Amino acid sequence: MATASLRNPGTDLRPEWFEQIRINTPAVERRAATLPVRRSLKKEWQAGWILNAILCIDLTTLAGDDTEDRVARLCAKAMQPIAPDQLAAMGVDSLTTGAVCVYPTMVGAAKRALGNSGVPVASVATGFPAGLMPLDLRLAEIRYAVDQGADEIDIVITRAHVLQGNWTALYDEMRAMREACGPARMKAILATGDLKSLENVAKASHVAMQAGSDYIKTSTGKEGVNATLPVSLVMCRAIRDYQDQTGFKVGFKPAGGLKTSKDAIAWQVLMKEELGDDWTRPDLFRIGASSLLGDLERQISHYVTGRYAASHRLTMA
Amino acid sequence: MPTVSEIMQTMEYGPSVEDSSAVRHWLKANPKFGHFINGSFTKPGEGFDTSDPATGTVLARISQGTAEDVDAAVKAARRAQPKWAGLPGHERAKYLYAIARTIQKRERFLSVLESMDNGKPIRESRDADIPLVVRHFYHHAGWAELMADEFPGHSAIGVAGQIIPWNFPLLMLAWKIAPAIAAGNTVVLKPAEYTSLTALAFAEICQEVGLPKGVVNIVTGDGETGAAIVASDVDKIAFTGSTEVGRAIRAATAGTGKRLTLELGGKSPFIVMEDADLDAAVEGVVDSIWFNQGQVCCAGSRILVAEAVAERFEALLQRRLATLRVGPPLDKSTDVGAIVDPVQKDRILNLTALAVSAGADLIGGAPRETCFIAPGYLRQVSPANPAWSEEIFGPIATLTTFRTADEAISLANNSRYGLAAQIWSESATVATDLAASVKAGVVWINGANMFDAAAPFGGMRESGYGREGGRVGMLDYLNGPKLPEAKEKASPTPKAVLDGASAGGGIDRTEKLYIGGAQKRPDGGASYRAASGDLVPLGNRKDIRNAVEAAKKATKWAAMGGHARAQVLYFIAENLSQRRDDLAKKHGAKPVDAAIERLFYYAAWADKYDGLNVQTKPNYLVNVIPEAFGTIGIVCPNDAPLLGFISLVAPAIAMGNTVVVIPAQDDPVAAFDLAQVFDTSDLPGGVVNIVSGPKDELAQVLAQHDDVAALWFCGVEGAAAVEKASTGNLKPVWSFANRDWSKPVGQGRSYLDHAVQWKTVWLPYGALPAGTGSIVY
Repeated sequence: MATASLRNPGTDLRPEWFEQIRINTPAVERRAATLPVRRSLKKEWQAGWILNAILCIDLTTLAGDDTEDRVARLCAKAMQPIAPDQLAAMGVDSLTTGAVCVYPTMVGAAKRALGNSGVPVASVATGFPAGLMPLDLRLAEIRYAVDQGADEIDIVITRAHVLQGNWTALYDEMRAMREACGPARMKAILATGDLKSLENVAKASHVAMQAGSDYIKTSTGKEGVNATLPVSLVMCRAIRDYQDQTGFKVGFKPAGGLKTSKDAIAWQVLMKEELGDDWTRPDLFRIGASSLLGDLERQISHYVTGRYAASHRLTMA
Repeated sequence: MPTVSEIMQTMEYGPSVEDSSAVRHWLKANPKFGHFINGSFTKPGEGFDTSDPATGTVLARISQGTAEDVDAAVKAARRAQPKWAGLPGHERAKYLYAIARTIQKRERFLSVLESMDNGKPIRESRDADIPLVVRHFYHHAGWAELMADEFPGHSAIGVAGQIIPWNFPLLMLAWKIAPAIAAGNTVVLKPAEYTSLTALAFAEICQEVGLPKGVVNIVTGDGETGAAIVASDVDKIAFTGSTEVGRAIRAATAGTGKRLTLELGGKSPFIVMEDADLDAAVEGVVDSIWFNQGQVCCAGSRILVAEAVAERFEALLQRRLATLRVGPPLDKSTDVGAIVDPVQKDRILNLTALAVSAGADLIGGAPRETCFIAPGYLRQVSPANPAWSEEIFGPIATLTTFRTADEAISLANNSRYGLAAQIWSESATVATDLAASVKAGVVWINGANMFDAAAPFGGMRESGYGREGGRVGMLDYLNGPKLPEAKEKASPTPKAVLDGASAGGGIDRTEKLYIGGAQKRPDGGASYRAASGDLVPLGNRKDIRNAVEAAKKATKWAAMGGHARAQVLYFIAENLSQRRDDLAKKHGAKPVDAAIERLFYYAAWADKYDGLNVQTKPNYLVNVIPEAFGTIGIVCPNDAPLLGFISLVAPAIAMGNTVVVIPAQDDPVAAFDLAQVFDTSDLPGGVVNIVSGPKDELAQVLAQHDDVAALWFCGVEGAAAVEKASTGNLKPVWSFANRDWSKPVGQGRSYLDHAVQWKTVWLPYGALPAGTGSIVY
């Protein structure tokens, strides 16, 4: 058995680990619905969990109008997501987001902006968001981003392979992507909103982990439905099953569906309850978000000052 | 208090306690409670303390209801009843609606009060109990509104005495009171002595909405008060509680003519097939036996898991068990609260210890301070272990493995109870088959502990009878049209005679019993001279035993389906018609002709007594299905030997039951003549079995027989005795006065109502992506 800190090396393709999987969608929905109401956080606990959520955010900009200056502004926010006076009031020394997440051509700008802050840069790649580019170009895109200094690569899978049940093709492609990532951590975006059934989600999760993903991620943020708690629950259970089989811990990244502090807490409760405390840390849990941070800041501001904050008084990203 | 930084390290939840100040304020203003009789609270009398089981703190003092208190309450209810029943349905509906609205406006208060008095987690009282209470009053406001249209010819029973348990105090009150008052009854309700407070808060709500005085009366107290209600001048008793007390109530009400519904204990199977979503099934356990501290009569307390997946299932179960939080009921992050009372805690621990000493392994389940017990389960529980059959009524399930689906069913049905069953399989084919095979009033497929006011709830076997919820539940608070009765011919107990000659000339004919499709000599080898003059077999208890055995084996009959049974009934009619002239000479033309018509009538019904699909919540397919009891004992009137027999046997077998019939004592030959017709009409052997002899004596044997699932008794004199004798397996007894069988009252849908028990099958569905919703049935 490998230790937790080791990177998931993947395995050979083992369809027998997932082909028989049975998922009852209404039961998943029931469990997902009770997760946020079975646990409640008040006062310092709520503040602590909100700050922890910030630690796990991949602060993201993935827009057609991104510029290097816009990316630099985002990086500044990532390095200082909460005003220092408010952190001091809570007795917290320093705090950054988990990473910033950008397009490959913005990696260089992000690296420069983040300097030696220690905040990693994640780059999407492989023809994000649809992934329908020739494989060699997708692999070349990964290598480009890594060359630019990306610490993490968020790849997208070929949804068609899942919808057609072509696990070998899916596996081979992701294996090649993992190899192209080299030292960079690979996050595999399943685009669950396109896969539709929870059994598809579970199977794709298993293939992604067998191919060596460091994290599995729900969405690009561009599908019709992004991260939901039921989908996340199914992916977490796949992570658990993979660990039972191999001993390796794979991370989880919900993206695109988390907007409020309530969401951030609900997902952390999901991680703690279904996978354990290790999955509440940034090395195994990331939240792909852009607007979420604003609501987390407002809650923290309220906790510190006792007043409700206006967004124009909070630092813009 | 940990710092924010420390919390970020530990990622603990911290306390999150629901505010209880409103409840404490209310209790301060009401340190002692009287009863709620005729619209106002009585002066508090002698009584007892009610306390918070989590802390032992006394919450209030409750009055112990005396026989006089009960009498006053019943009198108030009696006075109020005619006017209440006489209101237009719309007027009653407005009161029920007002109650629902007021409860809804006070949800938080009632949730906190319930959790404090009972020990259940606030999440459950807030998210399960109280919303269901509200739903129940809304739903039944609708039945009050629609009563005249939907139940024509029906009327309220009168005054209902209602006794409820402590596990879901306000919810059980709603299940009892809402249908009763919707139908025009008035009630005297006794909450359990551990948990009277929400019932008393409900009484205040009755006052606030201006419910007419005497419609709802609440008398607090212990079992003695309950016994006083049972003995009082009420028209119906509705009881939810232990099977033991249910038996005592059945015995006490025997022969009184009081209607009775019983919702009793259970040891419900929880079947995990190898194609189940195991994580879903594990959550099902959380929602069953680890819900409400396992103090749930319908909880899936006997986990049966396929050997092929048992190891993985247990691994997942144990992992989930470790994440359950046992803690203060008012903490919003508590999963498992306090057991209701130290007495119950001891009982749970004793039963668990007994199970362990009989060879089971206990996982979890450790006692904690005050009234807390950690959730757990017993492994390796064989049917011989006491934990297999004894209701633990705590957060401890049993776990047993099985090999195949048929073994799962055998194990599931190896129980005196028949309240609920859970089935986990991703195959609709497998799951629906198992649902048909389990003996249970409620079946949840891929789910657990789902409730709704539109879905009837209630048991089979020793889990009681009667249903709560929906149309079927309303019928338990309504009387059908009053039927004209007819006097029954009295007859002395027959004795064996020694003169062996048959009456009349010709070849000697020997009448025999009809058992298992064959003519059988009576076990005692004796005959009696019937009032008709015929020499007929004198059946005894062993003949009844043999007949029940034969009836039990004829399972094929129910499995044939309604259409095939109709064909047999038509064929019997056809062959009876062939022998019309012959039989008309012996038994009269009119009864034979009427019998032929009656056979046609029930043949017509055989494929038309439909179940219904009910509206509960979106994405749940909930079917309410009439099911044969199995073997029904039928004690025929001593009149109308041919037509009375057919009028009772035909509806019973049309619904798929097999029957053991005691024909008219004075003239059983008509029944034996019919048996010859059955023999030539493809009726499978054992469906109808006929044992002639002393009516009351044989009826007693039938009433006591544990394999007889229901009993029909025509007669007035003997009813008390058979009802008393039915307590063994708590079979429902339909006792009724004789009637003129040639008249329309001799047939009807109401006969079929007594020939079936209802099974509510829940099937949640959803193939579309989670959260996207789908078209609903």
